Amino acid sequence: MFFQGLLYRLREQDVSVGITEALALAAALKAGAHDDTVRGFYYAARATMIHHEGHLDAFDRAFLAEYGNLDWDTSLTEQLREWLDEQNVRMSESSEEPPDLAELLEMFEQRKAEQTERHDGGPYWIGTGGKSPLGQGGVAAAGLSTGSSGGGRAAVRIADARSYRPYRSDVTLDIRQMEVALRRLRAFVREGAQVELDIEATIDETARNAGEIEVVTRPPSKPNTHVILMIDVGGSMFPYTTLMSQLFSATKKATHFKELRTYYFHNCVYGKVYGTERFTEPTWVHDLLRECGPHYKLIMVGDAFMAPYELGQSGPWSATDASRVPGIQWLQILADHFRDSCWLNPEPLSRWNGSTIEDIGRVFEMFPLTTEGLTEAMAHLNRGTPQRR
Amino acid sequence: MEFTGTQAYLTNPALEAAVRCSLVLEKPLLVRGEPGTGKTLLAEAVAEALGMPLITWHVKSTTRAQEGLYHYDTVQRLYDSRFGDHDVRDIREYIHMGALGQAFQSPERVVLLIDEIDKADIEFPNDLLHELDRMRFTVMETGDEVAAAHRPVVVITSNAEKELPDAFLRRCIFHYIDFPDRELMARIVEVHHPGLDRDLMNQALTAFFAVRGMDRIRKPPSTSELVDWIAMLQTAGETEVDLGENMPFLGTLLKKEQDIEAFRTRSTRRY
Repeated sequence: MFFQGLLYRLREQDVSVGITEALALAAALKAGAHDDTVRGFYYAARATMIHHEGHLDAFDRAFLAEYGNLDWDTSLTEQLREWLDEQNVRMSESSEEPPDLAELLEMFEQRKAEQTERHDGGPYWIGTGGKSPLGQGGVAAAGLSTGSSGGGRAAVRIADARSYRPYRSDVTLDIRQMEVALRRLRAFVREGAQVELDIEATIDETARNAGEIEVVTRPPSKPNTHVILMIDVGGSMFPYTTLMSQLFSATKKATHFKELRTYYFHNCVYGKVYGTERFTEPTWVHDLLRECGPHYKLIMVGDAFMAPYELGQSGPWSATDASRVPGIQWLQILADHFRDSCWLNPEPLSRWNGSTIEDIGRVFEMFPLTTEGLTEAMAHLNRGTPQRR
Repeated sequence: MEFTGTQAYLTNPALEAAVRCSLVLEKPLLVRGEPGTGKTLLAEAVAEALGMPLITWHVKSTTRAQEGLYHYDTVQRLYDSRFGDHDVRDIREYIHMGALGQAFQSPERVVLLIDEIDKADIEFPNDLLHELDRMRFTVMETGDEVAAAHRPVVVITSNAEKELPDAFLRRCIFHYIDFPDRELMARIVEVHHPGLDRDLMNQALTAFFAVRGMDRIRKPPSTSELVDWIAMLQTAGETEVDLGENMPFLGTLLKKEQDIEAFRTRSTRRY
């Protein structure tokens, strides 16, 4: 099997190809689908091994690395930046001792001098993914990031080894998995015109009627879940922009909600929430509570991370009496009004202790924004009995 | 069996190879791409090129997998039993085949198009896995097995915006239709508007790709919009395409009000 190398190069880039793909390609080649040309082989391999346009680029790189020579004569620094921007490879585990910053910098310079080609995955070179402490999106216990991803959060961090571990599934949390988790909120009710034939009841009635047909109809079943989604778009949420937009589109696509209302707030709720990300179309929380009964399910999304005074004091709009209420109380009002509510937090669990996250966690049942977290949160919303301390 | 496109449908080596793989491996061909890149037309072209009949299943948001297999018309049977003008003892009279069932029962090999599979419920593709794999299913009411005499050539289209389940993806040959580049687009336009004035074509293409390249446009125009637009230009006898505010028939290219607005504000800023 001469294309084994290609297979493993794809797997290195986290494209899940396996026996099915290998067999398919082998069968295609056996049947001569590649026209006996390299070009044909390239297309046949691509059609059988890749199942998503997002992986096409990975395939091209794997193919070139395996079969072709590339001319990398541009500046290394430029090249590095490009490589790192291109893709973030899933994190894998690392068990090495964390080196310190000075060592890291030295290693970085030294390896930069040695390195002549791009690198993704693997334990040594600078690149994306992989276990080397140098590069981006990797998992060495401590490391040096060569690109920046906002807010000074992704730079050198000498934290507890494995602190990223619970985050692993988060990287693969895609829209589809979110949609599947959100489906748990399904609930149906029969209402409206009687347009659906109830076969069981019809047979039953017809039998009672000594064979004379008695058609029984019923209203169709319709989704009956009302959901309010409130999203924090404050500055500290910036690193999670992609995750937020994924969650948002997954929720929008969920056709099993009877009603979905989306609001935005900045760090914490004070009196008003907004219909847009740009904080226009304000709605008073009190008006919202009047419109939406306790049967609405409230999903708060935010990092719950803010300066303590933001939680303890009233908002900047203290012109009216209604808004002279501290942020934490507004949250409490929301939590008390709705029978089912939860808070989804994109911050890794390791950072939840000893900050405003802990305070808000006492008001709302808080779940990490990972596949498991989302699933648990939906189960919690369905239980109907908020467990508040 | 070889697919190299038809007179009206232009292909490229990548697409031909994908169709070839799908044919020899007898696996469904999943075609994804932006709207208006000719995903649905591909199935028609394959059917035409291979000389096979085409059976189409248009998937909607309410479509369930079962509908593709067969439908048991209970109401009709009940009705007939009451008025007695039909033999209701034979349940088979009341089983109607869906698109998949028809494709399986066909005496010759057919092309089956499952159009816009992503429109349906998120579990829909998974419900079809078994039937597409084995190319057979059982009619529950009669116990009859419907098995494909000739495995149909299955073409499935999906918009690029929605994700499909992995298990389903693994069973398909995948092809992503890239948006045509300028050269291919010129050939496509030529197919639709033979003998179009070179100069007008060049201007129209420049304008078209310029509009597509604007980052504030939310629904960029696709091939079909371009073809329509050129038809409009021709009918109106336009010879100059002004890329500025007075671009003719802008509404044919841009369908969203915000997009037209975005285009206009950008024009005024630039000129």
